[in-house]
Amino acid sequence: MQAFTTATGAAVPLLEDDINTDEISPIQLARKLQPDYRKMLFMRARWDDKGEPVPSHVLNQPQFQNPAILVTGANFGCGSSREAAVWALLANGISCVVAPSLADQFRENCLQNGVLPITLDKASFATLAKRVVDADGAPFTADLESQTLSGPGGDPIPFAIPAAERLVLLEGLDDIGLTSKHLPDIEAWEARTAAETPWYQNARDGRIP
Amino acid sequence: MVARTLFHKIWEAHLVARRIDGREIIYMDRNIVHELHGPKAFEKLRKAARRVRRPDLTFAVQDHTISSQPDRDDTTNPEGTPFLRAQRAGAAEFGFRIFDVGDPDQGISHVIGPELGMVLPGATHCVPDSHAATVGALGALSFGCGTTELEHVLATQVLAMKRPKTMRINLEGRLQPHVTAKDVALHIVGTLGVSGANGHAVEYAGPVVRAMGIEARMTLCNLTVEMGGRSGFVAADETTLSWLEGRPFAPVGEDWNRALAYWRTMHSDEGARFDRDLTIDCSALEPQITWGITPGQVIGIRDSVPASLGEEASDQHAFTKALTYMDLQAGEPLQGLKVDRVFIGSCTNGRIPDLQEAAAIVRGRKVAEGVVAMISPGSTIVRREAEALGLDTVFRDAGFYWAESACSMCAGGNGDRGRPGERVISTTNRNFEGRQGPGVRTHLVSPGMAAAAAIAGAIVDVRQLAEA
Repeated sequence: MQAFTTATGAAVPLLEDDINTDEISPIQLARKLQPDYRKMLFMRARWDDKGEPVPSHVLNQPQFQNPAILVTGANFGCGSSREAAVWALLANGISCVVAPSLADQFRENCLQNGVLPITLDKASFATLAKRVVDADGAPFTADLESQTLSGPGGDPIPFAIPAAERLVLLEGLDDIGLTSKHLPDIEAWEARTAAETPWYQNARDGRIP
Repeated sequence: MVARTLFHKIWEAHLVARRIDGREIIYMDRNIVHELHGPKAFEKLRKAARRVRRPDLTFAVQDHTISSQPDRDDTTNPEGTPFLRAQRAGAAEFGFRIFDVGDPDQGISHVIGPELGMVLPGATHCVPDSHAATVGALGALSFGCGTTELEHVLATQVLAMKRPKTMRINLEGRLQPHVTAKDVALHIVGTLGVSGANGHAVEYAGPVVRAMGIEARMTLCNLTVEMGGRSGFVAADETTLSWLEGRPFAPVGEDWNRALAYWRTMHSDEGARFDRDLTIDCSALEPQITWGITPGQVIGIRDSVPASLGEEASDQHAFTKALTYMDLQAGEPLQGLKVDRVFIGSCTNGRIPDLQEAAAIVRGRKVAEGVVAMISPGSTIVRREAEALGLDTVFRDAGFYWAESACSMCAGGNGDRGRPGERVISTTNRNFEGRQGPGVRTHLVSPGMAAAAAIAGAIVDVRQLAEA
């Protein structure tokens, strides 16, 4: 996994609540095994029926052409467990999402891909959102070392993240590698379960001899 | 002994170790992979030269992109062809069973898992699909996951997770006629909101749940993710155990008897503490219908679209967005609105009791002029059983299109979609903008309500047709 230390670039205000993964990365438009994730991001809202950019969409505006941070509403990423939503953000250079709250599975998918998920309390979020709108594309920085968001219009805004998640992001730790250290524990668990509750370790189709 | 919740019993029985990053390693008894995520995960495994650790506990399905047309093959839905073939190639390469195109047991993961007895009470289970919670109806703990997590579970047979908080929803009272599990589920999402269960594993309890059949419990658990819950479940009882007995993958002989004794302990103890404990009285509940663009924007069929969503600017923005997309006015009644298309099926409402509920309304009637009505059973087994019961004839005679089993119009990934501007009455789980095709306006309802809309050609109260 890509390690995360800082993200610097335009902070994009998309201040709506409950944006779901169908909006972020629509299934109907991700019809290829190797889709264009760059184009996929907010595809239905960003491009019209003829494939032309919709000028009013924030990501089509010239000052947001080098985005790094998405500042969005509550419950961002709800809906399908679609990791393509995170890949679409990354393909556009966005490696940090800030919101009052994030959907559980979306947040997990961020952590799996080196995207920093930040949730802020109501007051801090309101402060940040106003500064981001006022900055209108001027760069912000999300710094995981110092756990701050900085940019024009005021002092750095601190954010909290569980120490373990911070470590995984900073080091870009391989998730499967971390778990694989426990292979002996997994094998011991399997042996015990096979004796105590064998129906879980045996997924046999009784119709097939 | 400390009183424990069912969640804690299952979680602790599957807790393998704690990682250095603080996450808990939870063993997954069954892993069912669908073709939208499978191929991507297989590619990642190949790149890292990893194998599937427990192919015997892993199953593959073809459900999201498979065509629903009779005599379908890999190429019927050209968009699905590469997914179907890559899924098949992955199953062959990594050595696990696939319920492929043409298999007599093909179906939606959350339908065939329980139907075949692959999912057992007290088990853990994962699917790279947010509606994994469906199978919690059997007293199992089931998790939806992302593609990278899927690769993780394929390679290790465990997930590394943060322990969710616990929530119990006690459903008190007794449902009125033609009020179903779907109405209860929509009402709960409407009450708690679309993020109301974030971070929680949700146990459904109380007399309403106990009175439900297993299929109805699946419908209830299915919508748990629509309020942000990662897992939803109902403790196994005698209804569960007799439902499960004799299913192909269920244990037999001495194992069955030992399992029964174990499963009878797998419930929340008297006095167990939950992080949140809610009670909802369902006695006065009416058939529900969504009016907006989230499953939480829902009302009783006799109610009108609300006058607002709240005072804050974000509420007003969301309200305007929903009304504009759905072409509705604040305070407008939904009853009487003309309907273009009706879909019955999906992992929410694609099982035999769902089709029976719809058939009871449709029998001897005709689909209204101009309405396209379609039924896609949740599995090929459900389809065969429905045909044995003569339900297909009821639907066909009325003018319904009797399709093959697929996720179909739920996500529109298999080519089954509405046209821009159409109003669709659907038994699925999501009414998001564009979900069933660009510009399509989706109202979520129970199978009976969907059947009634097909017959009337408009949004109606199912009870009017049921009692006519």
